[in-house]
Amino acid sequence: MHRHHRAAALTATVLVGALFATGCSSSSGGKKSEEGDAAASAGKATTPRMTVAMITHASPGDTFWDLIRKGAEAAAAKDNIKLVYSSDPSAGAQANLVQNAIDQKVDGIALTAAKPDAMKDVVAKAKAAGIPVVGFNSGVSDWKRLGMLEYFGQDENIAGQAFGERLNQLGAKHALCVVQEQGQVALEARCAGLKKGFSGDTDILYVNGTDMPSVKSTITAKLKQDSSIDEVVTLGAPIALTAVQSVSDASSKAKIATFDLNKELVKAVQSGTVQFAVDQQPYLQGYLAVDSLWLYKNNGNFSGGGTAPVLTGPAFITKDNADDVAKFAAKGTR
Amino acid sequence: MSVTQHAEPAVTAPPAPGPKETDGRTAQRPLALRLLARPEVGVFLGAVAVYVFFLVSAPPVRDGSSMANVLYQSSTIGIMALPVALLMVGGEFDLSSGVAVITSALTASMLAYQLSMNVWMGVLLALLVSLAIGFLNGWLVVKTGLPSFLITLGSFLILQGVNLAVTKLVTGNVATDDISDMDGFDQAKKVFASSFEVGGVQVKITIVYWLVFAALATWVLLRTKYGNWIFAVGGNKESARAVGVPVTFTKISLFMLVGFGAWFVGMHNLFSFNTVQSGEGVGQELIYISAAVIGGCLLTGGAGSAIGPVFGAFMFGMVQQGIVYAGWNPDWFKAFLGVMLLGAVLINLWVSRTATRR
Repeated sequence: MHRHHRAAALTATVLVGALFATGCSSSSGGKKSEEGDAAASAGKATTPRMTVAMITHASPGDTFWDLIRKGAEAAAAKDNIKLVYSSDPSAGAQANLVQNAIDQKVDGIALTAAKPDAMKDVVAKAKAAGIPVVGFNSGVSDWKRLGMLEYFGQDENIAGQAFGERLNQLGAKHALCVVQEQGQVALEARCAGLKKGFSGDTDILYVNGTDMPSVKSTITAKLKQDSSIDEVVTLGAPIALTAVQSVSDASSKAKIATFDLNKELVKAVQSGTVQFAVDQQPYLQGYLAVDSLWLYKNNGNFSGGGTAPVLTGPAFITKDNADDVAKFAAKGTR
Repeated sequence: MSVTQHAEPAVTAPPAPGPKETDGRTAQRPLALRLLARPEVGVFLGAVAVYVFFLVSAPPVRDGSSMANVLYQSSTIGIMALPVALLMVGGEFDLSSGVAVITSALTASMLAYQLSMNVWMGVLLALLVSLAIGFLNGWLVVKTGLPSFLITLGSFLILQGVNLAVTKLVTGNVATDDISDMDGFDQAKKVFASSFEVGGVQVKITIVYWLVFAALATWVLLRTKYGNWIFAVGGNKESARAVGVPVTFTKISLFMLVGFGAWFVGMHNLFSFNTVQSGEGVGQELIYISAAVIGGCLLTGGAGSAIGPVFGAFMFGMVQQGIVYAGWNPDWFKAFLGVMLLGAVLINLWVSRTATRR
């Protein structure tokens, strides 16, 4: 019995090895065709080493948050900063992570305030401990109240309105706003902004963002249910790419536009399958948040004078400028 | 005096009306009632109820292509619900099944891309990885004797972390690279993610696989020795072992079957969406388990069918899409979903209770 198993395993191994050896390789695509670009690198600061904690509400494995982290890492490398990154989608756990950073006596904290009230106490504690806190990405209307030093991000509501106005120009009449995480403040704010800026009708559709086949069929179902929908607005790049398939499955004439980018999406904009994308420049948010803490420590600067946020978006990516963005997106930094 | 009078009626109960060949305990109940008592018939009626409900309240459902869409959603749940159901009949759980789907897709995509291999090589290696994960789950459960809930909770967390960390390590991103321009992709897409036309309606191939696998699983469960073993190890492991059922083999192979299912659905995800995000799949395991439970598989093992979960998955897909077809207020979406499922399960329960009552 055992020998039998071992023999089978051996045969399998040999078979696989043989397949490798006989060169079962792809002649197109793949790693080989990818060009070796090094990440953007500039000089390095000679200021004393400092530690910055970046604490976000990201759920792990999301392409968007990966860009934020890459921007933060780029700034950290340049400014001689040790970056401690952590994240937790639940507000209580995120607050604990801030407390953890305070206990570590870091030199600065960059924080997303998606659930601002849960962060209130820990931000106050950090201030009391003499640790500057900068906000980014989420909490544009609350960062001042929380006593943060400055803020880098996009006002989701304003971005939504700008999105809606762009749709007006393009002549859309009936938009479908696809939300991949029900009850997420920033996503809801985008749809609310869209409703405000868009002169046509706006419907909201909730999908389960962790299950792509279900996203695909749910959007298809909605397009079938209401054939007057002529614009599908998604709030994340992977969802937009899936929506492209839904539109063709439903044989609908709806166009697709989205918030946020990734490299496949830039290609889709280039080829015209996605009309346009609104970029809030996550890399820039991460970069500026970390870099600003360095500036504050070494030169006392802070952006916006403590009253105005620094807006990193909305930046519109259309067929006209997609080529410029594509080379950065391909590197995974835009 | 009064005492004997009191006891009398209980002792000499009036004989059951009708023919006297049987004593009432082994009487054949009417065929309809016997059918209704089967768990998969209860869920079948629940599914019909849901279907009719949406047929009436959501006009777009009447369209053939809408039905194809509902069935597609059901099939991606249903294909995984089948091995998960068999495993539950065999008395074990697998909480890692949702993320295992993504592990498989990530493995295939990254190996093919990074080594610039024909994508079929990636597909093959992903199958080996998936089966190995299943084997490991099963082996640990059998060897340690710990509840599979704990073992697979561990592997669920491990896979979740590995999915993310390895993807980031290998690609530098948290999603895999697009492999749609690589050799073998179109072929593999035909196998795992194509669609064909039936009477003007585009039907996804997963639906066919789903039904074929279900038929196969039913046959295995009801007509083969292996099927008997599954029921036996789920009912009582010790007695099963005592009568010569290879418990270890049965349990491990069931876990590996879940691995196979994860591989299959993972390949479908990969070839229909070209890239895979490493954070996906979390929470799907509960949907698979729910489909199996709605389909009449006992949480305690030893009872269930392969057809029940087919209707269970259909019910999930129908409710999820039906709410959208009906155009109801989306804020209530999850609540509707919960109420409809609960309702369907209650119908299921009521039917089987009524049917088994004497």
